[in-house]
Amino acid sequence: MISSVWPQVPPVPPSPPAPPAEGFKPPGTSDFDIPPIFEGVPVLEWFDKPTLQLILAALIVFGFFALATKAPSIVPGRLQFLAEKFQGLVRDQIARDNIGPEFRKYVPYLVTLFAFLLVNNVFGIFPFVQFPTFAHPGMAYALAAVTWIIFNYVGLRKHGALDYLKLQTWPPGVPWAVRIILTPIEFISNFILRPVTLSLRLFGNMFAGHLLLLLFVFGAEYMLTTADSIVLNVLSPFAFLFAIVMTFFEAFVQVVQAYIFTILTASYIGASLAEEH
Amino acid sequence: MVQGSLNMVGYGLSAVGPGIGVGIVFAAFINGVARQPEARGQLQTIAFIGFALSEALAIIGLVLAFAI
Repeated sequence: MISSVWPQVPPVPPSPPAPPAEGFKPPGTSDFDIPPIFEGVPVLEWFDKPTLQLILAALIVFGFFALATKAPSIVPGRLQFLAEKFQGLVRDQIARDNIGPEFRKYVPYLVTLFAFLLVNNVFGIFPFVQFPTFAHPGMAYALAAVTWIIFNYVGLRKHGALDYLKLQTWPPGVPWAVRIILTPIEFISNFILRPVTLSLRLFGNMFAGHLLLLLFVFGAEYMLTTADSIVLNVLSPFAFLFAIVMTFFEAFVQVVQAYIFTILTASYIGASLAEEH
Repeated sequence: MVQGSLNMVGYGLSAVGPGIGVGIVFAAFINGVARQPEARGQLQTIAFIGFALSEALAIIGLVLAFAI
């Protein structure tokens, strides 16, 4: 046998795995888990920072418009002018262009929605808050659900159930062979994918933007304090600088996302109200 | 030794498509405004809706890259 030919070698115990090097740990989804404010209090376990921000944003929006229209005058003051401009922007550029002749009813909801989203998104770069509320998807689902209910309710009330379904899933002038495929696609796209993409778009942008800022700031901090290489130490101010640049980019993205959510809500309402064509 | 999730490589590849799409949307918007500056307001709305629709693909990819 082999063991008799060669001298017996005692089996080498497996060497313990080398301790992982002190490397850079990139920020991930765990950085979005914020502990509740009232830890251990039984009823208020759900109450955390994003919830607080949501309430704060509602108060800010309400307070701003209440203050701006407290004593309205023909020649508007500064606050009233701002509120009127804001309302005018939503009314003329979002509601009228997308909804059509019956746009006036939906202007209050759209103005409130836009202002609420704007405040919540800008919380992402606002000093001492610095967390976009909609980086938690649950918040975005709720807003998209409200939009979904509104555009379906409006369409059902105007056309009735059968005509509304026909409007949404039965595009005219399509050969029957194509229709077999097209109608299910239209149904899925209009009733299921619309709220999903609406909420995920908002959530994804806020999430990705916040993650990007975290990456640059944590990376710069690691390069400055923990890294051994002198090159990284010298380069870290540039990472900080880029974090500042990305903050401005995030400001732009946050405004655009609030705008897009509002404009898509208006567009869905307009599609529900459209006459058969 | 490079560590990380292969999901992110896949997401990076899949972001190419929406990137091209968003580029086309805004190129068309710029063309339209250059030809007819007075149509800017209407075109802007349409451009942002088109931007949002093509961007949705990238966002869904991002969510799936983290979720799966």
